[in-house]
Amino acid sequence: MADNKLAVAVSPHVREDISIRKIMFGVLLALLPALAGSVYFYGIKALWLSLIGVASALAAEAIFQLIRGVHIDVTDGSAAITGLLLAFNLPPDVPYWMPVIGAFVGIMIGKQLFGGLGRNILNPALVGRAFLMASWPVDMTTKWIVPRFGTLSGIDTVTSATPLNVFKSMQSVIANPEATAVELGNAQQTLQQLGSNWSNMFFGNIGGCLGETSAVLLLIGGIYLLIKNYADWRIPLSYIGSVALLSWAFMGSNGLFSGAVPFHIFSGGLMLGAFFMATDMVTTPITPRGRWIFGIGCGIFTFVIRKWGGYPEGVSYSILLMNIAAPLIDRYTKPRVLGYHKKPKEEKKAE
Amino acid sequence: MALTFKGGTHPHGNKHFTQGKAIQVLPPPELIAIPLSQHIGAPGKALVKKGDTVKKGQVLSESQGFVSIPVHSSVSGKVKDIKPWPHFLGSTSETILIENDGEDSPAEQITHPDWSALSPDDIRRIAREAGLAGMGGAAFPTVVKLSPPAGKIIDTVILNGAECEPYLTADHRLMLEYPDDIIEGIKMILFTLGVKRALIGIEKNKPDAIKLLTEKTANINEIKVVGVKVKYPQGAEKQLIDAITGRKVPSGGLPFDIGCYVQNVGTAKSLYDAVVKGIPLIERVVTVTGKTLRNPQNFLVRIGTPIKHLIEACDGTTEPIGKIIMGGPMMGIAQSSDEVPVVKGTSGILVFSRKEADLPQEKPCISCAHCVDVCPIKLLPSTLASLIENARFEEAEEYRLFDCMECGSCTFVCPSKRRILHYIKWGKDEVIKSRKKK
Repeated sequence: MADNKLAVAVSPHVREDISIRKIMFGVLLALLPALAGSVYFYGIKALWLSLIGVASALAAEAIFQLIRGVHIDVTDGSAAITGLLLAFNLPPDVPYWMPVIGAFVGIMIGKQLFGGLGRNILNPALVGRAFLMASWPVDMTTKWIVPRFGTLSGIDTVTSATPLNVFKSMQSVIANPEATAVELGNAQQTLQQLGSNWSNMFFGNIGGCLGETSAVLLLIGGIYLLIKNYADWRIPLSYIGSVALLSWAFMGSNGLFSGAVPFHIFSGGLMLGAFFMATDMVTTPITPRGRWIFGIGCGIFTFVIRKWGGYPEGVSYSILLMNIAAPLIDRYTKPRVLGYHKKPKEEKKAE
Repeated sequence: MALTFKGGTHPHGNKHFTQGKAIQVLPPPELIAIPLSQHIGAPGKALVKKGDTVKKGQVLSESQGFVSIPVHSSVSGKVKDIKPWPHFLGSTSETILIENDGEDSPAEQITHPDWSALSPDDIRRIAREAGLAGMGGAAFPTVVKLSPPAGKIIDTVILNGAECEPYLTADHRLMLEYPDDIIEGIKMILFTLGVKRALIGIEKNKPDAIKLLTEKTANINEIKVVGVKVKYPQGAEKQLIDAITGRKVPSGGLPFDIGCYVQNVGTAKSLYDAVVKGIPLIERVVTVTGKTLRNPQNFLVRIGTPIKHLIEACDGTTEPIGKIIMGGPMMGIAQSSDEVPVVKGTSGILVFSRKEADLPQEKPCISCAHCVDVCPIKLLPSTLASLIENARFEEAEEYRLFDCMECGSCTFVCPSKRRILHYIKWGKDEVIKSRKKK
């Protein structure tokens, strides 16, 4: 046997049976229950919007890889996730061209301009959504579809808006010093109903963005991700946990610690965001402590926007803001290396 | 909950190829190649010259310095040459080539059937003269470990029978077939160090070894068997200490800094052989394994046997050989030649087909942090790799580059198939080079 036929390489000589593609297709699989739910509640248009989103994202990825002169490969599944998540963040009755534009902006500005997979700072799907939100705010906030068996808000007394919209407008009634006693009473009663009728929200029988409708279907996918280790459990736990805690403490209409926790965690995009967008590996911290901080930060921003912001919902902006902070979080949360009990003195000086 | 450390990973064990196979004695080949450098520390100086006749067990080199031990002839015969020869660390190294006369006529052996009359210093001297070195892989001279610096108080001796590397079963077989020799060796270590407690750490995938040694040590107060969780790198020195005692070796420190002494079970047996039978370290158990081998085996091999004889003794391979690894698949060293001889630290020879040897294509890091989760040292391997990839060596040092023990867990779990350990080793090399320039 000729010696030059032997391969030499640095150890380890075996690798785990895992790949980027396997992770990405795992995430896609985990999103399928929510997609099925969306089609069930809002009709077949949800499917077409999703497929258009995925196809546009794949096309955008290939086009910009061609322009950049790099190897064209869209089969790793990452662009498909961007397209699907973008569609999930749209109201279910938007025109068909919207996911196309969103996907192109998300992939181009959000991902390929930074150098493609692994290099982007922001979640590309959320970049696309933010662009659409800024450009076509009316489409992005009114094109809801009434779910198959219910009302937009999930309660019978109010039928014209999504739960968080109703919550926001009732809060502003209560905050308005000129509101009449009747108006105040109605608002209190509506909030009461919203808070206690969260089962519609849990199962998805409400209005909302295409993919965020059913908390239970998102949970099924999310738990699958955690079991397969395709997402880090710390982020959804700390994100949802901090929203729950802050909402319980400050979102109630009867003083501190009277908020309706199930309403706040199952409404809007929190489940979708916490399990599928805040866990995007590329744009989140890599240190364990960093991931706790990231989740808590997302939770605080979401709470702040829901409570005081101009929008009824703040999940996507919270995640984008924390994406920006991720590299900094990593720098300040380096784990203590085994065998170091205290920080050596010379390092303290350096800081 | 099973005793273990934080981090780590779970590669396929693949021990089924050889774990049920009793140790076979492999007859020595016609040509034996004994490298002068086999262990950490200074290489010895040859005491023989071309044409000399040597006996089995005869000392061939003189140790140079404290961290240095001699090598011995593993056969009787004639010194054919002393010249550079393929070496397990790559390239070539000064090696004594011996033509085996097939007689196995032994050199003078000083036996101590009853070693109770010996002093600790006698045992240290025998360990040095017999060329004993750690059998787990790094081949650190045993005499150095047995001579802790003054002021370091050792209270626990840990015997490493974890054998966490996939495929390897040499220690497992040794524990099953030579339990009495190992236990006697442990007693010698305890006596030499003046310690009253020894713990034998064995991964729980070897229940038969745990059971046997537990039975054998039932009436010995000082020695206890501890089952540890099956996880890589459970058999790494610092991780095993952590798992068994909860103590953490300080960065840059050694086990005796926290009162521990770790030795491979195989080394305990070789200490027994050296003291009681007067046999220097001239043979060891080597697992020769791999899917493509027709008949994988655990062999008792003479030190200096070229790898090709081991592969032939397994009836060759079913597919063309793509890679030969000395050691296990996680930390073993890929060999560039099958003429490389077995040395004191050779625990296994793993043979891969060309397909198994294929390197996966590297993709960009997606910051999944799987490497961070598994790193037993709690480094940030992906950050280290990208800093080094961009030649930012000084920053890599700040990220504790030199604390990496090179277990390879990060590279094993990477979904992007990044060669993280490759970058880390390269970075260490560059930093050491630039330090030398200064």
